[in-house]
Amino acid sequence: MLSRDLRLGIATLLLFAAVTAAFPQFARPDNLAGVLNDSAILILLALGQMLVILTRGIDLSVAANLALCGMIAALFNRHFPDAGALSTVAIALVCGALLGACNGLLVWKLRLPPIVVTLGTMSIFRGAIYQLSGGVWVNDNEMSPAFLDLVRYRFLGLTTLAWTAVIAALAAFICLRYLRTGRDLYAAGGNPSAATAAGIDPGRMQFIAYTICGAIAGVCGYLWVARFAVAYTDIALGFELEVIAACLIGGVAIAGGIGTVTGVLLGCLFIGVIRNALPLVGISPFWQMYINGVVITVAALMSARQRTEKRSILEAERA
Amino acid sequence: MLRLANIRKSFGGVHALRDATLTLHAGEVTALIGENGAGKSTIVRIIGGLHQPDAGEIQLDGRTVRITDAHHARSLGISIVHQECVVFDNLSVAENICIHARPQRHGLVSWRQMRERAKTMLRQLDATFDPDLPAGRLSIAQKHIVQIARALDSDARVLVLDEPTAALSHREAEDLFRITRQLTGDGCAVLFISHRFEEVFSLAHRYSVFRDGAAVDAGRIDEVDTNVLVKLMVGRAVEPSVSGHAAPSETELLRVEGLSRRGEFNGISFSVRRGEVLGIYGLVGAGRSEVAHALFGLSTVDSGRILIDGMPVTIASPTDAVRHGLAYVPEDRQTEGAILSLSIAANVCLPSLQALAPQVICKRDRESAFAQKWIDSLSVKTPGPDQLVGALSGGNQQKVVLAKWLARQPRILIVDEPTKGIDVGAKAAVHAVMREFVAKGHAVVMISSELPEVLNLSDRVLVMRRGRARGVFEREAATPEAIVRAATDA
Repeated sequence: MLSRDLRLGIATLLLFAAVTAAFPQFARPDNLAGVLNDSAILILLALGQMLVILTRGIDLSVAANLALCGMIAALFNRHFPDAGALSTVAIALVCGALLGACNGLLVWKLRLPPIVVTLGTMSIFRGAIYQLSGGVWVNDNEMSPAFLDLVRYRFLGLTTLAWTAVIAALAAFICLRYLRTGRDLYAAGGNPSAATAAGIDPGRMQFIAYTICGAIAGVCGYLWVARFAVAYTDIALGFELEVIAACLIGGVAIAGGIGTVTGVLLGCLFIGVIRNALPLVGISPFWQMYINGVVITVAALMSARQRTEKRSILEAERA
Repeated sequence: MLRLANIRKSFGGVHALRDATLTLHAGEVTALIGENGAGKSTIVRIIGGLHQPDAGEIQLDGRTVRITDAHHARSLGISIVHQECVVFDNLSVAENICIHARPQRHGLVSWRQMRERAKTMLRQLDATFDPDLPAGRLSIAQKHIVQIARALDSDARVLVLDEPTAALSHREAEDLFRITRQLTGDGCAVLFISHRFEEVFSLAHRYSVFRDGAAVDAGRIDEVDTNVLVKLMVGRAVEPSVSGHAAPSETELLRVEGLSRRGEFNGISFSVRRGEVLGIYGLVGAGRSEVAHALFGLSTVDSGRILIDGMPVTIASPTDAVRHGLAYVPEDRQTEGAILSLSIAANVCLPSLQALAPQVICKRDRESAFAQKWIDSLSVKTPGPDQLVGALSGGNQQKVVLAKWLARQPRILIVDEPTKGIDVGAKAAVHAVMREFVAKGHAVVMISSELPEVLNLSDRVLVMRRGRARGVFEREAATPEAIVRAATDA
């Protein structure tokens, strides 16, 4: 697990060094802060997605959840421009958590396959945005200054957006390593029947993962809408695939039970560095998809090879 | 201390327990004995809170309790080593051992304390592996030790051991027994489930016999002997496995010369004649299954030759092996031997589809008839060929796996622990199948850790230790002492 994080870290550093060698201005602090700012929402969503994948699930509805909560936040702000940005964030968070909990309950109590549940709710959430907004955009002139400024507020050179990602990553790291619930996520995803025998309810752990993932998506809904200063039905369309891609590049096992915060962060930064470097190098950003795809495939190949290596080591020890 | 009275439990109309009564006494080991399907594992799962009984009463220290889940069982002081391996491959050994009660400081999991505790537990069990290793890198036997360490890492007042020694070597089993005795000395009540009578008689104070989901007898172990227990288990006297079968012919069917694979086994040579059963005995991890894998083309060898009928053959894949008339019944029938989610018919017909459906299209009635023939000839207990293999008891599953390969009409049958975890009745049936097979002039290579089975069935015994052959014993020379010495002697 560690060696995989290390390899990805080295790959990201090499990539970074190569880009910097060609374009020294890339390594300037303000540009790096920009890369982090651009990657922040991806990082947040990927952290939530990781929790879900750890428990052998998948959440295809994160981007739709984000868009719906973003729209709710925007509409709330339009109706109550003086309510303050923080209460708007709280509303987005609660809505997101509720939507995530719906996914979680369907998976836990009705034992429906996660991919089916979240494919369904993904479309439902998108439909709900259309219902709610009547298909009309909410533009920046309809948003209060407080609503728009919160994400842009700078502290020690980083925006609130970037700080949210940093704090979430730290919190996720501590929870997953040092809290019982965090450890139970790994146990439940790694071997559900063994978890049951050890008094851990894998279904309940799935529910918790979906709810947290939903809450994060809700907050991201506000962050996205405030950052781009517009809310409409199709924001972040297809973004869930990039989130899942970041998790896979970061070494989260789709079969559950394996994944680290460090890995996910590196996966997101890897994507972020490429996305920001491509225009500099003069390559169309549309190449991003090719590169993501190649990296995922190579990562899968490498981990398959690593598995066979591990097995042969054991047998040598035993004989 | 713990008393379960008149427990009933059924799954989808099938009675797993009809009227089970079981009493465990403080400071004593009670052996629970019964054929597979007698309800032993079900009662273990009820004690562990994984199943709720449909009727009946559970009393702990004279008070009626309802054990709601595994966590609750644990808090009542009930600790269980389950029969199936319940280890988390993705977590470290230390976390696996402490999974029930990860030590905390200021509300955060303390990894250092966890490692220390795991180390102490492992030392008690004489295990030398690193607590930081991911459990997925351990062997099956080591995983079982982790599970035992997990159960012992508590103030257990009731300890349940459900076939804990099935995957352990003799030494490891002895360590477990030593600790179990220590715990009973401290007043712990132990429930011990095993198919090995030697262990039952050496460890238990009391016995309880289940048959078809009901308790049929219980008492003190020193008042009974193996024959009595066997009779109680099956409800009829079982013929002890008789040897006395026709002498094998002189013609060699299979010959293996200097087979080696780096890190697994080295210089393995043996031959099997027509009409012969060759037993391969050794401790777990001696490299026996690895040799079988190589013979069947599941792994490659670095050097050595395989000859069939005196002709050198190349076996690079199971397809080659099957073409040369080999069949392999693996140790783990649930994952490698049978496809549990498919019907008996589908399983039995699988290797024979080419013959059954030469024009690509499979005909169900033809498959069913084919499977029914094998169900009858091996007397598999089932309503019909459409039943899922997963719903059968272990012994009947093993019969299906045997049928699947016998249907291909092989000449050389390789079986790995053919009767592991199956009851006495099914065991005798499996032995009969193998004897019948060699009587036709075929050959069997049988890997087994069960000494009586090896001695009863084999014409010759190859003993392996640490990847090397320690000698081939003719029937007359194959005394238990000689074989065990060869398998363990440094």
